[in-house]
Amino acid sequence: MRDAEFFRHWLEAAAAAVEREADRLTELDSPIGDADHGANLLRGFTAVRTALAGADPADAPGALLQLAGRTLISTVGGASGPLYGTLLRRTGKELGEASEVSDEELRAALDAGVDAVARLGGAAPGDKTMLDALVPGVAALGTSYRAAGDAAEGGALATVPILARKGRASYLGERSVGHQDPGATSAALLLGALADTAEGTA
Amino acid sequence: MLINSPDTVVSDALRGMAAAHPELDVDVERQVVVRRDARAGGRVGLVSGGGSGHEPLHAGFVGPGMLSAACAGAVFTSPVPDQMLHAAGAVDAGQGVLFVVKNYTGDVLNFQMAAELAEEDGLRVERVLVDDDVAVTDSLYTAGRRGTGGTLFVEKIAGAAAEEGAPLERVAALARRVNASSRSFGVALSACSTPAKGGPTFDLPDGELELGVGIHGEPGRERRAMMTSREIAEVAVAAVLDDLAETGPPAGPVLLLVNGMGATPLLELYGFHAEVAAALAARGVEVARALVGNYVTSLDMAGCSVTVCRADEELLRLWDAPVRTAALRWGC
Repeated sequence: MRDAEFFRHWLEAAAAAVEREADRLTELDSPIGDADHGANLLRGFTAVRTALAGADPADAPGALLQLAGRTLISTVGGASGPLYGTLLRRTGKELGEASEVSDEELRAALDAGVDAVARLGGAAPGDKTMLDALVPGVAALGTSYRAAGDAAEGGALATVPILARKGRASYLGERSVGHQDPGATSAALLLGALADTAEGTA
Repeated sequence: MLINSPDTVVSDALRGMAAAHPELDVDVERQVVVRRDARAGGRVGLVSGGGSGHEPLHAGFVGPGMLSAACAGAVFTSPVPDQMLHAAGAVDAGQGVLFVVKNYTGDVLNFQMAAELAEEDGLRVERVLVDDDVAVTDSLYTAGRRGTGGTLFVEKIAGAAAEEGAPLERVAALARRVNASSRSFGVALSACSTPAKGGPTFDLPDGELELGVGIHGEPGRERRAMMTSREIAEVAVAAVLDDLAETGPPAGPVLLLVNGMGATPLLELYGFHAEVAAALAARGVEVARALVGNYVTSLDMAGCSVTVCRADEELLRLWDAPVRTAALRWGC
């Protein structure tokens, strides 16, 4: 079973990963976006850290994820804020008020979170978005947390040859081909941080 | 760049705006600019906003006859729902609020969330999506046409209607009509650069230009060797009118915006305007009103855009109505 401490660790690990990789995310966003994905997520996850520090110690896993989601929506802006915010908020709502959740419950909740992202953005796997990492990542959760992190990473790498159909990169048309999607890359960081947390290495 | 640091560039600009325009209520911390008497008139509130770096859009258009409030995001990044909610609350006089949203994924999603939250708070909210950019041709496979220069026409005309006391449904319907009647086409002569990156956001070699560019340096239709002002005007006018023709004959008067992207001087813009006006006249299009200047910019990008809005008597009357904002001001 995973308790609130686990979720705090996961969100902290995600914030640390964003901090570590912010420059790379911005670099990836430069040819096909407007070179601010890393800076925007860093602003959001720094605020998440502050929010977690001020959160009620009695908060359940679901409440912590919803707090993080709300914080991202309030601070990130762009498309990433609402999309990542929705992912965490919806996942948190699915977990409800339970003080401990099973791996199976977390997987089902993340499934619902990814669905909510797909609906909000009107995107599907293959559009060169964060869904290209989230969908295979969450699907692999049935195997293990590490498998999920690896599948998300693989999904992000697999966006390189894709023609973008959503977001600002879509305006590039053919010229979006050959670049790794920054949103899929940051989504892989989130699931990688989950794997590290589950393995106790975060 | 003339800045202190990338982190403070937006709030520094808002501090300066507050100092220059005491008639505006500038909330530097929230990054929201509100017309001081927004709630006094019992009017429909008009709220817009978007990433910074497009000045004077949007804060420069806050004031009597145009926007009630504007939210400023980080550079090229949409504002967040908290800002939009705050703005909506600050301007709602019981008649409801219209959100004017440019069709960029971030703006659309954040305004959508803000609208849902505002409605939960009991506010009446309508949204109008501006998507006037003809350069995006395969919109089935992209995020759709971008919102660019047509935003100014929408904000001015809907703002005039709100100032007259029109109800929310009518202000929203007018805004949608203006958007449906507007088409834009942009050209970049140089890349823009963001303060965070400190360098050009895309690679555009000297001696080349990008046709059909967006306002964040997103590329458009094609890249070509440098052309003359006259040749560029031909391409832009043809693109805009061809697209507009799909909705009906191009006859009748139009509003024209010849817009600079921020780093093209008026000497060049007026010269370009002469070519655009000639190209329109050659196609039998009568320009009823023209506006030339830097209104919907892309930081320090050199370049220009052409926006045409098919007008009728009602739109012309609302266009001519008094407006008093930092960047657009006439009739009062």
